[in-house]
Order: sequence, then C-alpha cells, then structure tokens
Amino acid sequence: MAMTIHVDIVSAEKAIFSGLAEMVFAPAVMGEVGIAPRHAPLVTRLKPGEVRVQLPGGGEESFYVSGGMLEIQPHVVTVLSDTAVRAADLDEVAVLKAKEEAEKAIHDREAKIDYAAAQAQLAETVAQLKAIQRLRKRSGR
Amino acid sequence: MAAAKEIRTKIASVKNTQKITKAMEMVAASKMRKAQERMLAARPYANKIHNVIRHVGQAHPEYHHTYLTGREEIKRIGLIIVSTDRGLCGGLNSNLFREVLRRMKEWNDQDIELDLVIIGAKAVGFFNRIGGNIVGQATHLGDEPSIESLIGTVKIMLDAFTEAKIDQLYLVSNNFINSMTQTPVIEQLLPVKPSEEEELKHHWDYIYEPEAKEVLDQLMQRYIESLVYKGVIENIASEQSARMVAMKSASDNAGKLIDELQLIYNKARQAAITQELSEIVGGAAAV
Repeated sequence: MAMTIHVDIVSAEKAIFSGLAEMVFAPAVMGEVGIAPRHAPLVTRLKPGEVRVQLPGGGEESFYVSGGMLEIQPHVVTVLSDTAVRAADLDEVAVLKAKEEAEKAIHDREAKIDYAAAQAQLAETVAQLKAIQRLRKRSGR
Repeated sequence: MAAAKEIRTKIASVKNTQKITKAMEMVAASKMRKAQERMLAARPYANKIHNVIRHVGQAHPEYHHTYLTGREEIKRIGLIIVSTDRGLCGGLNSNLFREVLRRMKEWNDQDIELDLVIIGAKAVGFFNRIGGNIVGQATHLGDEPSIESLIGTVKIMLDAFTEAKIDQLYLVSNNFINSMTQTPVIEQLLPVKPSEEEELKHHWDYIYEPEAKEVLDQLMQRYIESLVYKGVIENIASEQSARMVAMKSASDNAGKLIDELQLIYNKARQAAITQELSEIVGGAAAV
C-alpha cells in the first residue's frame, strides 16, 4: 500500500475534511505546494484557492479555501481555513464598522462608571428574580 | 353569572399566554441543540491552532511574540463583553453583568482604566445606562454568528494591545456547562497564558514561509478570534438553554394559574346554581 498522510481541513466554524491522502496540494502564498507523506515540518500562509486531496486508491477531492494557514508535520497536514476573504484593508473596514457602531450608541453616556449606582441597579434585578423564585417554590406545593 | 364570565375570559387569556411560552420553550430547545452542535464543530479549529502555537512556543524558547509576553505594569485593561441580543432568558445577563461589575470595580480601585468592546444588544443597553468607555460594539449577530462579524471587534482590541494601549485583554461570557447550568466567566485572552504541558520530547522546528513573524502574527490573530468566537457560540447556547428553562417554568406557572382559576370558576358556577335553586324553591313555597 502506498504511503499516506493524515489530512485535516478545518475552519473556525466547522471541520471540513478529515482523512488519509497520498498527496495534498495547497495554494501557499509563495506558490502552490504539493505535500507528500514525510514532508518536512512547515508553517505557511495560504492564499485563496483550491486545496486538492488525492485520496488513497485513486480519486481526488478538492476544497475551496479563502485563505488561511497550512501546517505540515511529517504525518499530519492541517489546513486552518478562513471562512472569508481576509485582507488587511478589509479587516480595517471591519474595525471601523465596529467603532462606528459604538459611537452611534453614545448619546450622553459618561466614560466614568458609577459603580455604586450600577451595582444597586443590578442587585435590584437579582433580588426581583430571587423573589420570583421563592414565590414559585412556595406555590409549588 | 357576571363573575363566572370574567373568570372564563381570564382563563382563556392565560391559556393563550401558556401557548406562547410553550412555543418559545420548544423553539429555544431546538436552537440550543443547534448551538451545541456548533460549539462542537468549532472545537477542532481552536484545538489545532492551540497545538501549533504551543509547538511554536516550545520550538522557539527565545522568540517571544508580543501576545505571549506579559507586561509588568498594568494601566489599562481591555474587556470583550458578550451578552445576548434578546431578553426573556432568566437571570443570565444580570448574573454576567454583576460578575463583571465586581471585577471592574476591583480594577477601578487599583486605578486601572478599562476599555470595553461589547457584543450583544443587552450589554449595549446596560453599559449605555451605567456608562463606560466603549470602543467598539457588534449587535444582532443572530443565532448563527459568522466569525467575520467578529473580526472588527476583536481587531480593535488586538491593535490596542500591540500599540500598548491596553496591557491585558479579557473575555467575559457565559460558560455553557449543561442545559441547567451556565456560569459567567472572565477569561484572560492576552497575554496568552502559557499552558503547563509536558516538554517536547525532541527538538524540531517548522520551516516558515514566508517569515516566522508574519506567520505567527496571523496565527495569533486567528487564535484569539477563535477564542472569542467560541465565547459567542457558547453564550448563545447558554442563552437558549436559559430561555428554555425560563419558558418552561412560565408554562408551568400558567398551568397552575389555570387550575386555580378553574377551581374558582367552578365554585362560582355552583354558587350561582345553588342560589337560583333556593330562589325557585323559596318562590314556590311563597305561592
């Protein structure tokens, strides 16, 4: 039997593929790499493209990744796939959006927190909840 | 019979409420199951990244990423606070806010300033009321948040840490223990706590392409993102299970109320009949 290497393709939201392969091709930033069993340990970034997995006994599966990381150990290949196209400027846009949201919500809010008032307010809510539970127990009969 | 009619309408309205709470309970139960599945699905990614980072850390004892090294003086702390978007989930949010306020007060007493990034409409409302320096927020992520919707909020904090604007970063969210128990936790994200695990048996290192620093930067960013994502997902599972429990007890209470009202209604009905009878009998005797 031909030599095989274990392949895991995962994204932050789910596991995409896990199994053995004879060879794996991935779109690294420096150019496409082909990984055979007993490849030297390597970590690299991926660019958007296709990851192809040659299954033992013929057949090939391919997955689209929109970037991510590739980790290689002699018997294990891990593709940490991004779920979205990521680029520095796109990340910046996301940052701006989150900041904007926060600024929109600021009306007359003070940066200083009045801890005493806040805790009193919360204690009230919690006391209410406790009272409800007690009442419930009493009527539980 | 006026009283009896009133009671009947009351019973009907409580029954309607019960129908609603029952439906919400069932919806929450199914959403909880899905959220739990997503929690499991997110696990392999976090584990793999953690492994790689651990490996890199051990292979390079001399190399220290900014995210790994702690700072001696802590002047400002970043908090990512995860809450739910909607209410009707028992004391879930209140408990979380109480816990975080306690910690914030401790920090405040030590003259440490706080920057907040807020996820979820409930926390936005809460901190709008009580104040706080909010630098970023994200709301209405839905039941299936994508990691993309969190990139911005996380990056604000990561950038702040890199620029030494904040010296520590914490994640505040509810930990899903089981469908009955959820506990608020405040977890340190940055600097990444070194895991005390066994030493590497043999020394080897990766080849880095293009460069170690670049690769590590991206790895670290993804790692923190995945931790925050995990917190958000877990908070959703907690929300749904808390809502399920709250709605279940609401339905039970409605049931009890209906029973009581039914009893009162029957009594009123009987009293009315008895009265009518005695009136007829009294009338017949008088004739």
